[in-house]
Amino acid sequence: MTIRDVIQVVLFFVLLIGLAPILGNYMSKVFSGARHFMIPVLGWLEKLTYKFTGVNPEEESNWKMYTFGLLMFNLIGFVFVLLIQLFQAQLPMNPANLPNVSWHSAFNTAVSFMTNTNWQGYAGETTLSFLVQMIGLTVQNFVSAATGIAVLLALIRGLSRKTTEKLGNFWTDLTRSTLYVLLPLSILLAIVLVGQGVVQNFNTYETAQTIQGAEQVIPMGPAASQIAIKQLGTNGGGFFNSNSSHPFENPTPFSNFLEMLAILLIPAALTYTYGKMVGSIRQGWTVFSVMLILMLTGLTISLYAEYSNNPVFGHLSLMEGKETRFGITNSILWSTSTAAASNGSVNAMHDSLTPLAGMVAMINIMVGEVIFGGVGAGLYGMVIFIILTVFIAGLMVGRTPEYLGKKIEAFEVQMAIIAVLLPNFVILIFSAWASVSNYGLSGLNNAGPHGFSEILYAFSSAAGNNGSAFAGLNANTIFYNLALGFGMLIGRSGVIIPVLAIAGHMAKKKITPVSAGTFRTDNWLFIGLLISVILIVGGLTHFPALSLGPVTEHLLMNSGITY
Amino acid sequence: MKTIIISFKIFLFLTILTGIVYPLFITGITQILFPAEANGSLLFKDTRLIGSNLIGQQFDSAIYFSSRPSAISYNPLPSGGSNFGPTNAKLDSLVTERKKQFIIFNELDSLTIIPSEMLFASASGLDPHISPEAALLQVDRIIKARNFNKNQKQELIQCINNLAEVPQFLWLGEERINVLLLNLETDKIK
Repeated sequence: MTIRDVIQVVLFFVLLIGLAPILGNYMSKVFSGARHFMIPVLGWLEKLTYKFTGVNPEEESNWKMYTFGLLMFNLIGFVFVLLIQLFQAQLPMNPANLPNVSWHSAFNTAVSFMTNTNWQGYAGETTLSFLVQMIGLTVQNFVSAATGIAVLLALIRGLSRKTTEKLGNFWTDLTRSTLYVLLPLSILLAIVLVGQGVVQNFNTYETAQTIQGAEQVIPMGPAASQIAIKQLGTNGGGFFNSNSSHPFENPTPFSNFLEMLAILLIPAALTYTYGKMVGSIRQGWTVFSVMLILMLTGLTISLYAEYSNNPVFGHLSLMEGKETRFGITNSILWSTSTAAASNGSVNAMHDSLTPLAGMVAMINIMVGEVIFGGVGAGLYGMVIFIILTVFIAGLMVGRTPEYLGKKIEAFEVQMAIIAVLLPNFVILIFSAWASVSNYGLSGLNNAGPHGFSEILYAFSSAAGNNGSAFAGLNANTIFYNLALGFGMLIGRSGVIIPVLAIAGHMAKKKITPVSAGTFRTDNWLFIGLLISVILIVGGLTHFPALSLGPVTEHLLMNSGITY
Repeated sequence: MKTIIISFKIFLFLTILTGIVYPLFITGITQILFPAEANGSLLFKDTRLIGSNLIGQQFDSAIYFSSRPSAISYNPLPSGGSNFGPTNAKLDSLVTERKKQFIIFNELDSLTIIPSEMLFASASGLDPHISPEAALLQVDRIIKARNFNKNQKQELIQCINNLAEVPQFLWLGEERINVLLLNLETDKIK
């Protein structure tokens, strides 16, 4: 590593820490319905939305109705994305004349974008028409992120209100996050990205005659508008097959820096919003600190692994699957961020990372996507871990556990356990299933322990709604499309529904005033406890599986053994 | 029932807004602000399209600087890398083979340290860059293949120095050189 590498990393985190409170403060105004500077600009659009749809923004609902609206809205999105893929050849805006998508790939993609996973079993430039990319995928990029924020807002209201059934209005939460947060940031980012060289047009693919006389077909399309929201909304589905390593998606180190920042920006800022809305900014910074510490630990291990010599390639830095303009440091900073933030876009091929760097990416996903995590999703996942931590701490000192003045009782702990167990169930059981079946093993691109890592990564990515992959695995088969599709559904709704149930029950409770006997949840002791619980629950669950994959591979690589 | 109707309406509204109005707005504004970039940074020779500034091309002729290895031979439909893991025996033998080839092709000393990017395939398969060191290692071979004299050699090295890109704003990314642009400049040396 050179001093320049260090400066880039430091600058990245300084900017992240600096921007989080600014954006976080703005978002707290937006979501609590207060006045803010975007209302004069876009307020008319919000009013128009309510007028067109007949939503009464003052009307609030209980957790069951809130959940029903959310699920209904997502279901419609799923069916729509499914249908336009199945009939894209008959629909307009398909200049490359791409055929209809197979039913299982269409199912997988529709689930994938609805659940904010954006796993890609297909290659964008040779599979999907501009129409599908725009009115199908770009829309889901926005609304799946807004859905995540809405769930978080319901949870915040559950924690900060008392003796009520009302959790807010899903439609206004959805509308406000889209109009005032995601849309303006996407517009800004998209324009800057085009300035750096990201394509944004509706042209047919161009055929060039290369200097050596060969033909090269250059793909086109409205990429920048989708890439901006794919990063900001922690979606991650690329316009092109090689995602953010493609020079048309990520042409310069500056575009790379901005896209990386966009991955973590909203999840990081939401911790501030959270603190502000639950009435204690310290609580927000506590959560932020836990996320940052876990993130930096993973990053350090990954960088160490990538900059170490290994007997197979000696002094050569492992540039397989990495781009020259980004080099090792920017590729690793990205791989750690994208896995932590449930984004899943890649600027280097994770399949070709060193075993430990690949493992850090996997662990970041396996602990439940709570290290910043998906937009909204990371934070509500973190609150699940907070509930567990408070519960465990309460058991240790023999006191009724409380969080933010709310008693944590059997129901909340049961729901929290469900939310933790279901994604882990998907990762372990589905990986095991794929590892012992021919249809599972036939997709492998690498042999030995790395082959197992490909499978394990795929199901972790699905269950954690991440979307990145050890992309050598050929997952565009009936088995993988369906198994991963259901994995994504369980990983998303298996957390959202318990979280909303917790929110609903919390809202009904009274708030106990803080006293000398209150267990503090905003100090270093709690930060340490929370990190331990995350690592024990997430880490121990997956340690056996990880030791069969990346750990074994690391040891073999250091003995110079290849497969 | 009311919820279902609202779901439909709000889905329709947001689809129009984020799926149609937003991409069209971005297209419109960027076609005015950055028309060349928005349309793929295309390169023309006279009126013939010869490629894009950003998309690498395959070069195997001795008179051109070579690009990085590519898992897709620089055919962008679709883009992608090899996805070989670090303990993949195929990757190991490919790297050994590439090392040998690079040394023979450029008539280098067998102990020459070859920059990593010339031995490993890129992520997109379309990486347009190599490091300036990798370009300098190829200079002698190109001079021989093109029968360049001393002045022309100086010009060629000048080209490399001119086209080498320092890290963006001095601290972002890596030093690099665009192989396609370099080869176009090389062709211009008389």
